[in-house]
Amino acid sequence: MIAYCTRWGAWLVEKLARLGKCALFFIEAVVCCVTPPLKWDRIIKQTWFIGWKSMPVICLTAAFTGMVLALQGHPTLRRVGSEAFLGPLVALSLIRELGPVLAALMVTGRAGSSITAQIGIMRINDQIDALELMGLNPMRYLVAPNLIAFVVAMPLLSAVFDVIAIFGGYLLGVRVLGLNAGAYFGEMNNYVVLHDILNGVYKSMSFGALIAAVSCYKGFNTRFGAEGVSTATTQAVVDASVLILVWDYLLTSLI
Amino acid sequence: MICIENLHKSFGGQEVLRGVSLRVNTGEFVALVGMSGSGKSLLLRNVVRLIQPDSGRVLVDGHDVARMPQQELEALRSRIGYVFQSGALFDSETVFDNVAFPLREKTRLGESAIRRKVMEELEQVGLADAEHKFPAQLSGGMLKRVALARTLVRAPEIILFDEPTTGLDPIVVNSILQLFDSVHKRRNLTGILVSHEIPEIFGIVQKIAMLHEGQIAAVETPESIRCSQNPVIDQFVNGKIEGPIHYQN
Repeated sequence: MIAYCTRWGAWLVEKLARLGKCALFFIEAVVCCVTPPLKWDRIIKQTWFIGWKSMPVICLTAAFTGMVLALQGHPTLRRVGSEAFLGPLVALSLIRELGPVLAALMVTGRAGSSITAQIGIMRINDQIDALELMGLNPMRYLVAPNLIAFVVAMPLLSAVFDVIAIFGGYLLGVRVLGLNAGAYFGEMNNYVVLHDILNGVYKSMSFGALIAAVSCYKGFNTRFGAEGVSTATTQAVVDASVLILVWDYLLTSLI
Repeated sequence: MICIENLHKSFGGQEVLRGVSLRVNTGEFVALVGMSGSGKSLLLRNVVRLIQPDSGRVLVDGHDVARMPQQELEALRSRIGYVFQSGALFDSETVFDNVAFPLREKTRLGESAIRRKVMEELEQVGLADAEHKFPAQLSGGMLKRVALARTLVRAPEIILFDEPTTGLDPIVVNSILQLFDSVHKRRNLTGILVSHEIPEIFGIVQKIAMLHEGQIAAVETPESIRCSQNPVIDQFVNGKIEGPIHYQN
């Protein structure tokens, strides 16, 4: 019994220590984001990489998400004679929930994994140590630009996701299932309020910070060659994805 | 002057450095040799505080590196050049940008002055015509030369080489070592060279320190090390299979 408790205690202490280390890493990154000098060229480059280069995957998943929502929502609403509410159903689901979450999951897979691998390779090739020896703070040079870029890019990607998914829902609901276009957009206009949009914006910003923190942390702590990079990348994607869903639940219940 | 005093460092219960003491005088070029995994690179990393020792001290010009405040450490690091085994060049940047990187980030020099300094260093290492190439387009020897140029462009007073010739053919090894020698003499640098290139390093260093079982087994001149009666040195220098050094295939 004592041995069992000791093992679990050691496991818990190790997990808490890792959590603390991760929290300190995030705090240091935030400090680097709000104190000069900021590496503007790297911030712009990373925003372009995270934002613009994620557009194809975001557009594609958004279009199909919107169409599936319309496809699933339409028969259910018809049963209660409320097909006209397909627009609000699609829009509210997307703006409040699915847009920020799915965009974040897609960006985690595309950009988060790439950033973990990039920083991980820099770690195992001594490039991060080289930066330190040149008197440059690797947090300021590598982590802060990614954190800012993710926080800036995520709401924009989320907005693009919402618009394209709503248009996907429109294509299916109006063009295929024969719903009235005026009803689709008119009811949407009646039911979606600014609070819903801000809710989505706050969520996607916090998801951006979360992806950046996990991806950079895992990359920074990569060890043992190519296998280490592969492990760090997988862990970054899995951890960030799970944390996005957990954080989404917490945020939804709070705001 | 670099003075390492009774340095200890363990990893996961295994003590790698067990009281290492070594002194490198100003202007001196010392080779650090020893078996793979004996802690040579680890010792070098302690000198610039990339790793903190468990106990013992590293003094650079009388200042304890492990206990320096961050600002003082940065000032010290700006005086030390470190050439990594891998070169540690940034893959996404050209040779020119790699060498210019520390100048762009840490000085207020204009682009024309940076260009002049970078090209001077690239010419010194014989790579002026490779300025537009990326690290992936360079051979192993060229990578080491670019790494050296990037280190020298900061005009360091102390330079640490971490196995800079590993994996290179004998001709390139000799040319790189000659380059280190000429740089050391021209700039009167203090240096530590971690290397396995015996006897090639004998001609360019003033002293050779042998790290064995976590301690400095001997510090001798190249002349005396050639005919040393110390069985550890004799086995290592002459590459004998039988002897006090236990190795793993």
